[in-house]
Amino acid sequence: MTSQPALSTEPAVAYEAATPSELRSLREKKERVNWSGTVILILCTVTVLLPLYVTISMSLKTTEQAVDGNAFSLPAPFSFDGFVEAWNLTKFPVGAGISLLVTAGTVAATIILAAFASYAVVRNWDHRLFRYSFYYLLAAMFIPFPVVALPQIQLTGRVGLDNPFGVILLATMFQLSFSVLLFTAFLRSIPIELEESARIDGANTWQTFWRLIFPLLAPMSATVGIFAFLYAWNDFMMPSLIISDPDLQTLPVRQNLFQNQFSNNYNVAFASYLMAMAPAIIAYLFTQRWVMEGVTQGAVKG
Amino acid sequence: MSTETVVTSGGSKARGTSRRVEPIYYLFLLPSLVLFTLAITVPGIIGIFFSFTDSIGIGEWSFNGLTNYIALFSDPAILQSYLFTIGFSIATVIVVNIAAFLLAVGLTSRIRFKTGLRTIFVIPMVISGIIIAYVFNFLFSNSVPAIASSLGISGLETSILANPDLAWIAIVIVTAWQAIPGTLLIYIAGLLAIPGEVYEAASIDGAGKRQQLWRITVPLVAGYVVINVILGFKNFLNAYDIIVGLTNGGPGTATRSVAITIIQGFNGGDYAYQMANATIFFVVAVLISLLQLSLTRGRNAF
Repeated sequence: MTSQPALSTEPAVAYEAATPSELRSLREKKERVNWSGTVILILCTVTVLLPLYVTISMSLKTTEQAVDGNAFSLPAPFSFDGFVEAWNLTKFPVGAGISLLVTAGTVAATIILAAFASYAVVRNWDHRLFRYSFYYLLAAMFIPFPVVALPQIQLTGRVGLDNPFGVILLATMFQLSFSVLLFTAFLRSIPIELEESARIDGANTWQTFWRLIFPLLAPMSATVGIFAFLYAWNDFMMPSLIISDPDLQTLPVRQNLFQNQFSNNYNVAFASYLMAMAPAIIAYLFTQRWVMEGVTQGAVKG
Repeated sequence: MSTETVVTSGGSKARGTSRRVEPIYYLFLLPSLVLFTLAITVPGIIGIFFSFTDSIGIGEWSFNGLTNYIALFSDPAILQSYLFTIGFSIATVIVVNIAAFLLAVGLTSRIRFKTGLRTIFVIPMVISGIIIAYVFNFLFSNSVPAIASSLGISGLETSILANPDLAWIAIVIVTAWQAIPGTLLIYIAGLLAIPGEVYEAASIDGAGKRQQLWRITVPLVAGYVVINVILGFKNFLNAYDIIVGLTNGGPGTATRSVAITIIQGFNGGDYAYQMANATIFFVVAVLISLLQLSLTRGRNAF
């Protein structure tokens, strides 16, 4: 320990001895920007941006120009006909509304149900029923959707849930395991004293949950919500199998309209793709810090 | 995920004694348990039940014992779908992890435009798999052949999606394109968790950049590699959306994943047979999850 002060003065001595130019180079070395790395990474962004550029430029072309199949040319002239036609053809407002309903429903149901269940489980861990329920709910992480898809298609059809509400129910249940896992881990880190003081002030369990616990869970709810959002908004497999009426399909499923080999209206197809992609991308750009943190937290913990 | 921590940190107080549970906690837990049972457990049991019958999904049926399972094991189409799915998953896991790790190293080094670059690289995560598959479908069938023939590259002048031997490459590319961001974020978290002093100490000891990468960075993120490989593998085994958007299982049956085989078989009237397939797929999923648990146990300190 005695040698430490001596050690720490050494750099200071070195600085004093250094000429100003040496000092500057020292500092630059410390904060030197990795320009070659920057350039390489910027070049790599082409792999991400190129498909997006193609989507945008194709969507702004006229049908005559789009048909030549040159994906990388700029639109000349600019035309919004593709958007108009796509809007009408896919009944965009209806599709967007249903996608929004499915997504909002799944996000809300997942957060509420998982928070409820997690709170009950963590506060009654000493009871076998709650402990086993926890493992039971967690077991769904072992079950991919394709495994139970066929009976679910039949059952939802039989009970009149072959519509967006059936998708909300199933999507929520597939999100539940993971969300309960995140919530219970977080709830265990909340000191019980906090809750006891609320109870001394006369709050019952219901009030404690809504006034104290649920607000405390907010950061985890954001994570759970982001995962549910990305899943529900973008999924194709579940809605395409569960929703039987094509008029009630979500946006991603509606895009199969353009998969007819003989249709050459590429500008319409790409305009439609763009309209379906854009809401999630825009939402992401505004909330990117939360999304990145949430995904990291969720994935590392889960 | 480890059960040890769950038990030790979970109990509120008086573990073992049967404290009376406040009834409202049952109310918190009940909705999840009931809906989960109806939406996942019941369909699962129904599915396994019918895998021992000759049901076509509707109408009369009778038990036929293990006939479906015996037929499955001698069905070349089923074998091919498993081989394709596992091979595709392994290839994609390797591509995704190498690319994401290198990007993470780049994005955590001293580069400029760090936030902007990170934002761009995460965009694919928020885009619907089926829609981006349609976009790439256009690129692979029109743009790539056009470029190849103008540059005189033989072999790529026709769409690789129409080539039974090459179509899987397109699926790997698009799946990786979409899966890299999630993996990347986990690696970034892992790299940021390494204290800077470790690198300082190494460079004082004369370790070069490459040595630091192999001797410090790689070993210290090994745990994250395990997580990423298993999470990725589990996801890719369920591949459906992107394959539907690119090849729909074709040409012929060259790119049929297990999920696609189950769904297309069902649409062709093979209910009981595909339920047996799904049951086996479930066993595979459980085995992989158990492997995950045994590999990540005790590592939840991340």
